[in-house]
Amino acid sequence: MATPTAGRRGIGPALPLLLPAYLWLTMAIFLPLSAMAFFSFMTDLPLSGKAWSLTVQNYAAFFSSGLYLTLLLSSLRLGLEVTLWCAVIGFPAAYVLAKVLKGRAREAIFLLVILPFWSNGLVRIFSWVMVLREGGILDTALNAVLPFRISIDLMYSYPAVIIGLVHSYVPYMVLTCYLTLQAIDDSLIEAARSLGATRLQTLRRVIVPLAMPGLIAGAVLIFVPVVGSFMEPRILGGRTGTFYGTVIEDQFVAVFNWPLGAALSFILLAVVLLILAAASPVLRRAA
Amino acid sequence: MTRLTAMLAATTVLVSAFALSAQAAEVHVLNWKGYGADEPWAVEAFEKATGHKVVNDFFNSEQEMLTKLRTNPGLYDVVMINAAFTGQALAENLIQPIDTSKIANYADISPEKATSPMLNKDGKVFGVPWVWGLTAIAINEKSFETPPTSISVMWDEARKGRVVIRDDAVEAIQFGAIASGQNINDIKDMEAVKAKLTSLMPQIRTFWSSENDWNQMVASNQIDVGTYWSGSADRAKTQFKLPVSLVVPDEGAVAWLDAFSIPAGSKNVEGAEAFINYMVDPTFYVEWVTKVGAPVSANVKAVAALPEDSFNRKMMGDPKVAERIQFQAPITDAQREQYLAIWQELKVNVK
Repeated sequence: MATPTAGRRGIGPALPLLLPAYLWLTMAIFLPLSAMAFFSFMTDLPLSGKAWSLTVQNYAAFFSSGLYLTLLLSSLRLGLEVTLWCAVIGFPAAYVLAKVLKGRAREAIFLLVILPFWSNGLVRIFSWVMVLREGGILDTALNAVLPFRISIDLMYSYPAVIIGLVHSYVPYMVLTCYLTLQAIDDSLIEAARSLGATRLQTLRRVIVPLAMPGLIAGAVLIFVPVVGSFMEPRILGGRTGTFYGTVIEDQFVAVFNWPLGAALSFILLAVVLLILAAASPVLRRAA
Repeated sequence: MTRLTAMLAATTVLVSAFALSAQAAEVHVLNWKGYGADEPWAVEAFEKATGHKVVNDFFNSEQEMLTKLRTNPGLYDVVMINAAFTGQALAENLIQPIDTSKIANYADISPEKATSPMLNKDGKVFGVPWVWGLTAIAINEKSFETPPTSISVMWDEARKGRVVIRDDAVEAIQFGAIASGQNINDIKDMEAVKAKLTSLMPQIRTFWSSENDWNQMVASNQIDVGTYWSGSADRAKTQFKLPVSLVVPDEGAVAWLDAFSIPAGSKNVEGAEAFINYMVDPTFYVEWVTKVGAPVSANVKAVAALPEDSFNRKMMGDPKVAERIQFQAPITDAQREQYLAIWQELKVNVK
């Protein structure tokens, strides 16, 4: 009997604490998102001064040609590749941070991982432009060291997009993996070793399964924004830089067809949610 | 204490009076960024001469310009519109008729531009022609011994990966029309345009979207040739000292006409008229060309005031060039959507 009363008493004083966050969420996420959902069913924007009506034409446009589906698939592939590379690069770094380095060295390396977060995304992309182009920093540096001449020109290509995106998102993977790896009790690893497991076996049977929640969280944090990315493909991808995200951006910025852009965004959102839902049994087991 | 209050009150009144009078004499101009009207020296000279204060605002596409006019009625006093879009602005009642008798320099505007059906309706003038130019090709002078004369240089195997084209559906399709020998305003064989552009795609290094993109790629010697605007090529050479020169290919080029209009509901029509008059004035034009680089003025006297060997007078005034160019006519929304669909498909299939 006493518990519900305590609970009711608990929520009353908590309201002033909860209210700002929920008001903010309603204003910053719910309102614009529902406005966009509404736009996606309109024939034309009311701002344009033309008559408008409700329609599902914008969603039908997605299925009317293979164009958007091809783009969506290439964006999903981009998301998978970037996530994979982030895991390959980020996990070992997180392991070293959590288990090998101690004290000052750890702090210093940690700082280096977080450093890119402090600079503007656009600035980072444009510095890649200087590095990757022919006659750029990478090309010049390699040719200064190597005895033979090679020409490195990665600019405006698919690899350039991958490089730029991996660079932008790898810190997420390092941070999430670091948190779970740090929580693993060292004695578990020692026990595995003393029971005769090789280093590889220890990694496969003990460390990776225990660090799985971090890996999964990192993968989700990276996959979702990369599928919708448009800035990196546009600047680094050149003629191969057309992705689902860039087409949505075009609808908003270049041709002012907001309804179609909104519809395409919601289809992307639905696809991403479906993928996450399909993967959720795996995710839950891992977590 | 009372004296202090009185002084304070007086100051407040004075300040707000200044603010009010300043507001009354403001001319709000809507134009592309870096396109003449926002040159600091020009703004300063205009303000000194007329007492009107210029407030610049910019757009990045014609669609954005139209949206800004629709959503801010009464905010702008002058708007720069590509003549191909003036009809659409007029149909939506976004612009008002202009009393050309208040614009002294209007008399010097070349008659065939001033009487263009795109800018006139029912005997009323809705746009004052300002400048015109070409969407042609420009070359990196370092990459060519002799400048090419044919548009086919874009398809030259030797230039593979060193060609650029603007990421704009209408421009790309019209470029394809010229390359396949068609009328840009009446494309009969769209398949030929598609085939031409499809074979161009493997040549392309990247799609440019701003003047700055183009100039940077030339500065770092990454490209040989690409589609470019005549005024921008001139600016690249004059202002940024880049090895860029414009080629009007034998096959032809797309020409456009930019004009000034006065939005409906303008609060300072008098200031707008003064500003338009200043923009088409020879003094401003010559300084613009010399200091920055510009397209060709629609004002005959302004072009005549340029040195005889200047690009805008010699090349653009050449009757042989005039024969080759095709002026852009208005495009319907259906056409625009069709062009966009084709362009997107081309870009996606390139991968």
